[in-house]
Amino acid sequence: MAKGTARRAPAMDVDAVLDSAKILVCTGSGGVGKTTTAAALALRAAERGRRTVVLTIDPARRLAQSMGLSELDNTPRRVEAVDGSKGGSLDAMMLDMKRTFDEIVVTHAEPGKADAILQNPFYQALSSSFAGTQEYMAMEKLGQLKATSDYDLIVVDTPPTRSALDFLDAPERLTAFLDGRMVRILLAPAKAGGKAYLKVVTTGFNVFTSVITRIIGAQVLQDVSQFVAALETMFGGFRERAQATYDLLKAPGTSFVVVATPERDALREASYFVERLAEESMPLAGLVVNRVHRSGSATLTSERSTAGAQQLDELGGHELTAAVLRLHAGRMALASRERRLQDRFSGAHPGVPVVEVAALPGDVHDLDGLRAVGEDMASGKAAAVPA
Amino acid sequence: MADFPDVRLHVVTGKGGTGKSTVAAALALALASGGKRVLLAEVEGRQGIAQLFDTPPLPYEERKVAVARGGGDVYALAIDPEDALLDYLHMFYRLSRTGVAARTLRRMGAIDFATTVAPGLRDVLLTGKVKEAVVRKGPRGSGHAYDAVVIDAPPTGRIARFLNISHEIGGLAKVGPLKSQSDGVMAVLRSPQTAVHLVTLLEEMPVQETIDGVQELHAVGLPVGAVVVNAVREAVLPPAHLAAAELGGLDREALAVGLKAAGLDPTEALVSELTAEAADHATRVALEERGRAALAALDRPSYELPLLPDTVDLAGLYELAAALEAQGMV
Repeated sequence: MAKGTARRAPAMDVDAVLDSAKILVCTGSGGVGKTTTAAALALRAAERGRRTVVLTIDPARRLAQSMGLSELDNTPRRVEAVDGSKGGSLDAMMLDMKRTFDEIVVTHAEPGKADAILQNPFYQALSSSFAGTQEYMAMEKLGQLKATSDYDLIVVDTPPTRSALDFLDAPERLTAFLDGRMVRILLAPAKAGGKAYLKVVTTGFNVFTSVITRIIGAQVLQDVSQFVAALETMFGGFRERAQATYDLLKAPGTSFVVVATPERDALREASYFVERLAEESMPLAGLVVNRVHRSGSATLTSERSTAGAQQLDELGGHELTAAVLRLHAGRMALASRERRLQDRFSGAHPGVPVVEVAALPGDVHDLDGLRAVGEDMASGKAAAVPA
Repeated sequence: MADFPDVRLHVVTGKGGTGKSTVAAALALALASGGKRVLLAEVEGRQGIAQLFDTPPLPYEERKVAVARGGGDVYALAIDPEDALLDYLHMFYRLSRTGVAARTLRRMGAIDFATTVAPGLRDVLLTGKVKEAVVRKGPRGSGHAYDAVVIDAPPTGRIARFLNISHEIGGLAKVGPLKSQSDGVMAVLRSPQTAVHLVTLLEEMPVQETIDGVQELHAVGLPVGAVVVNAVREAVLPPAHLAAAELGGLDREALAVGLKAAGLDPTEALVSELTAEAADHATRVALEERGRAALAALDRPSYELPLLPDTVDLAGLYELAAALEAQGMV
């Protein structure tokens, strides 16, 4: 076990981050415990005296209940039972995608158009799944919160996207699409009641409409056209707002926390994300590795433990001890596999501060559990694990 | 006797981190064994199949990635929405993949729109390609090109929506080509030749998502297949000791005697640590039992796959495939 040569990652100073950041964005691939991490960080910040809000996307039901959130709701709710003796507080909210989108329509659409948009069949079917919608909505909410409230710290949980990177790319994709030629062509019939086809003549245009009409039919084309017109209307200020949000993510006081588990796929995603943040010059607070198995008896190796169990099998009469030794052997083997994967990550990203959270037998679904996770993160175990 | 003799399309879903890609690959191997031809397809552009089978990234082309026990073949395909769209246009509208029309669509941003901006449309293309592979005829016109098709599908949280998208889109178009295409896809997905299997771990959140997922699939009339419990750890502690272990109340004296007999120094610290690990383990076993009971209430066929000691490789996939066969899934 004694591999003193392995590079140890610097430990992430969680409390320093919580005391100084204005916005913390938690990101990582699905199933790594992002939401729990976001909630635990927010709770700890609140109990250290900061007025904090946590914006969650899709919390597990019991975790949501523990924070007093009973339904999707676009307004922050005070979490009771938070220790406010240092002057801090915790509010929490769950993002309702559909409602946020509808609100944007009502706020930004031209007067009288909002209803038509909300009724459009394509809007109803596609709006909540439109690429980047979740990401955009989360960012939109973040921007709103930043502009209209005076929280010391906003903690954001990012949507469970296929890949952590979607979160950065989707708004840009949507903008590029809205700026593109197809939108202008699709907009034509909606704007001019169908006759516009005759006015906009480009070489590709006739081919385009005839192909599209053949493929999806004329009636659907008309609906799509209306829908795109609706998007265009409501996203009038979209580019500016998207840019503003993007700037917000690069502003001083914003930090990203990348969340992973000590598994190959999750750490690979974390790697991609760390590299991407560096490219975008977005500040990274560090990597949180959830569900790490460690053992205090690191001196009793997996091999020695297994050998001991076999010895007892031969002797007979020590069934319990043999079982406990096998348990320990399995745990040590798992711990060293996790260690290897983490070392590989830290070898590739030597400057990235890391903090580990111990694996718990069950899920966290109360404030005490969140508090314990926060404690664990703040105690900076990353550097304390024997190599 | 296999539990799904009439199923030709196996859709494998699961919460992130449960190992659905691994299970999909193992299922494909199991279905192929004994000389069958099986297609394993992924739809999320992650190249997960290539990693599992340790091959270079898959092109948009069905290629053989493994030979099953008894001589069957597993073919793999990473379904790319853009290629699926061009395929579709070629097949139904005779538009050449490189012709003026396709180039125009691309230049106008239509391809981008359908494949990346509007995931609803992307999902229509992906499920459309899946359906095409399922109904495709064999070379001599007799029988199907594949005996079975296995899909490494999107995660449990999105699966009902993913599979049902054609129904929604079909509802938007009352008549016309989009309508008939959507209806064709839904006819296959809702038929008895399709089953949606859910992969889970014996942990709270994945179990809850599995239960929610089954409900959502039922709600939209999609056929739920089996529940596959992945990464099940061996019961190490003798059942009689579990209750005491959970409370940290194992017989320390007996442990110390045992450690000594094994030639180990039974220090206070070591005994305490081992007791704590046993408590952790017993707590987890109790939670796992609760998870099992909740899954059993779903009343679906259920299979358990062991946790493999190392990162899954081809040998591991064969082991898991054998376990699925032994338990009657295939």
